[in-house]
Amino acid sequence: MLQRVQSVHGAFVSQPVDRLEAGSTRSHLDERRRKGERLVLEDLHLSFGTRQVLRGLNLEVPAGQFLAIVGRSGVGKSTLMRLIVGLDRPTKGRVSIGGAAVEGVQRTVKLLFQDARLLPWQTVLSNVGIARTPGWRDKALEALRDVGLADRSNDWPAVLSGGQRQRVALARVLVGEPGVLLLDEPFGALDALTRSEMHGLLEKLWFRDGFTTVLITHDVAEAVALADRVVVMNEGRVTFDVDITVERPRRRSDVQLSALQDRILQGV
Amino acid sequence: MRFGQLPFRQAAAQVVPWFVPLAVLVIWELCARLGFIEARTLAAPSQVAVAFWASAKSGELGRNVVISFERAMLGLAIGGGLGFLLGVLTGVSRIAELLLDSGLQMLRNVPHLAIIPMVILWFGIDETAKIFLVAVGTFFPIYLNTYHGMRTIDRGLIEMAEVNGLGKFAIFRRVLLPGAMPSVLIGLRYALGIMWLTLIVAETISASSGIGYMTMNAREFLQTDIVVLGVLIYALLGKAADATTKLIEHRVLAWHPAYHASASTN
Repeated sequence: MLQRVQSVHGAFVSQPVDRLEAGSTRSHLDERRRKGERLVLEDLHLSFGTRQVLRGLNLEVPAGQFLAIVGRSGVGKSTLMRLIVGLDRPTKGRVSIGGAAVEGVQRTVKLLFQDARLLPWQTVLSNVGIARTPGWRDKALEALRDVGLADRSNDWPAVLSGGQRQRVALARVLVGEPGVLLLDEPFGALDALTRSEMHGLLEKLWFRDGFTTVLITHDVAEAVALADRVVVMNEGRVTFDVDITVERPRRRSDVQLSALQDRILQGV
Repeated sequence: MRFGQLPFRQAAAQVVPWFVPLAVLVIWELCARLGFIEARTLAAPSQVAVAFWASAKSGELGRNVVISFERAMLGLAIGGGLGFLLGVLTGVSRIAELLLDSGLQMLRNVPHLAIIPMVILWFGIDETAKIFLVAVGTFFPIYLNTYHGMRTIDRGLIEMAEVNGLGKFAIFRRVLLPGAMPSVLIGLRYALGIMWLTLIVAETISASSGIGYMTMNAREFLQTDIVVLGVLIYALLGKAADATTKLIEHRVLAWHPAYHASASTN
């Protein structure tokens, strides 16, 4: 576990591994991980009628880790997200976040959906500040600045492009200061250029805020490029689990990444 | 060349739609003057104008228009208001939907003018009867469209609101209600059409005031100019109601892509 966390951090500041234990980086690491919450899934079962979607899924995600879950469509990845955020309840088993069991919709867990899901009748700014917490206007504007859309705050969502909408959705998630951020194939519908932009943005924000991140994707290349750890889901269980210790910033053409990608694809 | 074209086109767009109605008026007037149409069949436009001036000056026209307008608005407020409330209720609550919707859908298929004899038995021919009929007529389009609007809102948006910690009331106010608005306003436009129709029928059958009464009374004296005037007034009131809804739509649905472009050209 310790090694995993080190690799996260070491990779990002692009320092040689032997300097990782230096005091300054240590405190930086703690600072960065301030927002992240530990996520534990224990023996999760879920069935819809006779159809078993999850069959005893176990997973422990340390605070601040960037985890990617890959798997074929229909293995219950999105269902798992709904359990973690508290929209559904497991038939059996337990989800806990920061040590507390999940009951109902979780305030510290935020979910970025496949589609942006913006309210068409509210401006970009009002969409970002949808939770209407005290001081939401300033927070929303700041979050929009983070995703580079501060100048669009008074526009209707209908006039934005797909990539811009997904960035607004990302800003909305940031305003909630998530301890755990779930991403359900959020970049699937975007073109390659916009997707790679979004990857960079997400990586930057994750590094700055340190929220525990769970990314669902069927793009294995995306998974190994972004995550600290990739797990493969199959028939309602985790069947493969690998740490990605390649340093950041990562290059897509990296040989190690390609090798990992092949191994994971065999696992799927 | 290009600079001159655009203003010309805009001016033409303002003027051209009036050509056909004007031509119809001129031909109509000519036919009446040349004796092709008898005055007791259909009054000439000039006669209608004279009738308009006379009844406007005596105050009779104003009185009748005001009373008809009042009946229409009161009936719409009661029927439309109830329809909206029940539509919201059945749209939000499964129990209310099970309890009320199939019954209301059944009643919807009864032409509301069919109950006129009963309404006369209940309320006689006073104000209540007419307002009741208008209320029944406007209730259904608004009820149906509100209910439909609430039920067809993207579930994903509601889920998103839940995940972002919005409570039930906040979801209703910020997601369900604005999401149902386009549909509600369609219901309102239908209701306005039915409102005038109902009122015309109710006023011609049993009334002692209002535009419908005015035209029926004129019929007894073969005053076709007053009858045509009454029809024109109904057309104008209908047009005014439609323009008002359009205005409301532009304000309430400013976010809707369909209104982005038209907002600048209209």
